Amino acid sequence: MDFLNAIILLLNYIFVPALAYGSQLALGAIFVTLIYGILRFANFATGDMMSFGTMVTILFTWYFQSIGITLGVLPTALIAIPFAILFMIIYMLFIDKFVFKYYRVNKSPPVQLAMVSIGVMFVTQAVVRIIIGPSDRRFFDGEKFIIKAREFKEMTGLNEGLALKSTQVITIFVTIVLVSLLFWFLNKTKTGKSMKAYSDNEDLALLSGIDPKKIVMITWIIAGILATIGGALYGLDKSFKPFTYFNNMLPIFAAAIVGGIGNPFGAFLGGYVIAFSEILLTYAYKKFFMYILPESMAPESLVQLLSTDYKFAVSFSILVIVLLYRPSGIFKGKVL
Amino acid sequence: MRKNLNVIAAYSIMMGLIILVGIFQSWNVALSIFNLCLISAVMTMGANIQWGYAGLINFGIMGYTALGGLAAVLISVDPVQEAWRAGGFDILMCLWLIIVMVLAIRFILKHFEKSKLRTYGIAAIIVSGIIIIRVTAEPGIEAIEGVNPAKTGFLGGFGLPIIFSWIVGAFFAGGLAFIVGKVALGLRADYLAIATLLISEIVIAIIKHEDWLTRGVKNVIGLKRPAPYEVDLQTTEWFINLVERFNSGKLALISNLADRQTILNQMVIEGSSIFVKLCYSGLFLIIVIILLILTQKALYSPWGRMMRAIRDNEEAANAMGKNVVKQHLLIFILGSAIVGIAGAMLVTQDGLFTPGSYRPMRYTFLIWVMVIVGGSGNNFGAILGGFVVWFLWIEAAPIALFLINFFTAGIPETNALKAHLIESVPYFRFLMMGLGLLLIMRFRPKGILPEKIEIK
Repeated sequence: MDFLNAIILLLNYIFVPALAYGSQLALGAIFVTLIYGILRFANFATGDMMSFGTMVTILFTWYFQSIGITLGVLPTALIAIPFAILFMIIYMLFIDKFVFKYYRVNKSPPVQLAMVSIGVMFVTQAVVRIIIGPSDRRFFDGEKFIIKAREFKEMTGLNEGLALKSTQVITIFVTIVLVSLLFWFLNKTKTGKSMKAYSDNEDLALLSGIDPKKIVMITWIIAGILATIGGALYGLDKSFKPFTYFNNMLPIFAAAIVGGIGNPFGAFLGGYVIAFSEILLTYAYKKFFMYILPESMAPESLVQLLSTDYKFAVSFSILVIVLLYRPSGIFKGKVL
Repeated sequence: MRKNLNVIAAYSIMMGLIILVGIFQSWNVALSIFNLCLISAVMTMGANIQWGYAGLINFGIMGYTALGGLAAVLISVDPVQEAWRAGGFDILMCLWLIIVMVLAIRFILKHFEKSKLRTYGIAAIIVSGIIIIRVTAEPGIEAIEGVNPAKTGFLGGFGLPIIFSWIVGAFFAGGLAFIVGKVALGLRADYLAIATLLISEIVIAIIKHEDWLTRGVKNVIGLKRPAPYEVDLQTTEWFINLVERFNSGKLALISNLADRQTILNQMVIEGSSIFVKLCYSGLFLIIVIILLILTQKALYSPWGRMMRAIRDNEEAANAMGKNVVKQHLLIFILGSAIVGIAGAMLVTQDGLFTPGSYRPMRYTFLIWVMVIVGGSGNNFGAILGGFVVWFLWIEAAPIALFLINFFTAGIPETNALKAHLIESVPYFRFLMMGLGLLLIMRFRPKGILPEKIEIK
């Protein structure tokens, strides 16, 4: 019985939250990796583009709520997301046309494009703050829990409860669907394959008649979808605050690089690597050991490897170690 | 003279703008803008050395600034004797353990062949070392943080004049840059950017959460000053006389003696804060000028030529027998040390150290905007960038407010859109910075004052 309690404890505090957080990071990391692989620059505006998408989602959610459309037990934001994606794609293509295209056509070095993306970051951040303000916003409605901790305890008779938030389930479900669709698109369709070819060798791809304009446009469209959904899921699960989104850019970068930049599947797994290591290393295992060890050996301290304050530092340290020992990332991306 | 005309013109316009602020807003505001412009100028010089001279991207400016600030705290605050007695021994023990650990790793690196076993051995030393250090430090840290936590709760510093911290800050930042450079300089440009950005976040996390050293988010306030205090000045005889002489024309117009006294008092209060700011301006100006002379000399020395050669063609420079790795590390350390000086100056001016306020937007990306806008590779350009961008950063809100009122003049005050826009005026500074950066990068990619190489 104690053993079961220990497992439920880990599931409740480590496995489920890390899976949800990892999914959110994974979507962002695929976004970064796609932009890097095809447009060939590190996009520092990642976090703010995600916050822009989330902002549009929130605005649509408010609109739907005001005219009385809801999804009952599910959050209203789910209907708002498709509209937000449409808006986001227009925004992405607009930025590309007026900002990034010039440098791409002139074949500027990647560093210059990264600098330009900082300009985009500033502008996007300003637009988001001017439109919706810098404060914390929750836009979740509907049923909050699928299983409540108390109900679970009553149901199973265990000491530990397993709380399952509906946002966590939605996040994981949507991520699985979206990522499978994306990999199907990249590996099976002609356009997806030509994107891969363009990413591997631009000149050869151009020689074999691949239209670069189309590739770039589709990349931005996919990026818009990923940014909006990733941002909205994060916002539903936690809350929406422009500054947090800007900060999330860092673990997202870490996930993309750990997974091997330019490699979407690596980025997907990288998200979970970062999320799990952050949570595993900063969780206090005291209760866990109290269950599995005999009473006389129960630990007195918290048995925490690192305090939660260093959550971000964990992912960055992993990144630094990976960069030092395996610069192409765990899953073989481009060599940096 | 002719060829420097654009430099002179740009600087005159900038000074004119600051003087205009002095006339229309107040001299207090103008001087605080000027002081922060000078500090920003030091930071941009540091970044410019790395980016403009050597082409290295350092997105970790925030970390070096914070370390400079930490130096100011550790140098100027009086030591907390009680805390030293409570936990000083444990902390010194830890320091000793860290040194032993580093020496052990160095020993292994030197005396064993590269193999899997060696890597695992080093990893084992690091992991066990961290665990031992944590176990030793825990009681000490708890004891230190327990000493009068509302007021101290940390070890304090050395109680020296704060000016020394400017040099110590440079050494702190240079030391960190040495470690970061050893680890990350081999990476390609955009990855160096990401790695330095993340490392600076780690530095901030440590400064924020190691309360025994820095007081963390509880902040350290009331640091010593290199300049006199306003309150003291207001009661000093010579200062009151000075203010009286300075404003004698205005005062003479007022005949009523009591009125005259109250107005003089007001003038003294205002004058004291201006005087203090002027003291800081003087100090900062000296630093900026010294650094400018040094960096200019370096730029046109054989060493500067070599750096540019490495920047423009690494392989060719390498083939000519220049040690690219070593020079990159050197310039990385030098640039970061200058940023460290700026960090210490900033804390000196504010008189307080707030780890929570170090954010990448303000301390990394804004500095980069300054370098790019001003003109990378040109020290005068970098300094000008610091001035222009900081000026706009501060004055963006008033400018935006003016523009909003101008364009919505016909709309009544109660209009929801207008009210919302006016409420979000502070965020227009981000918009202005972003647009400025994008426009400069598009239409004048070398900055306002581009780099020019004189071949004599």
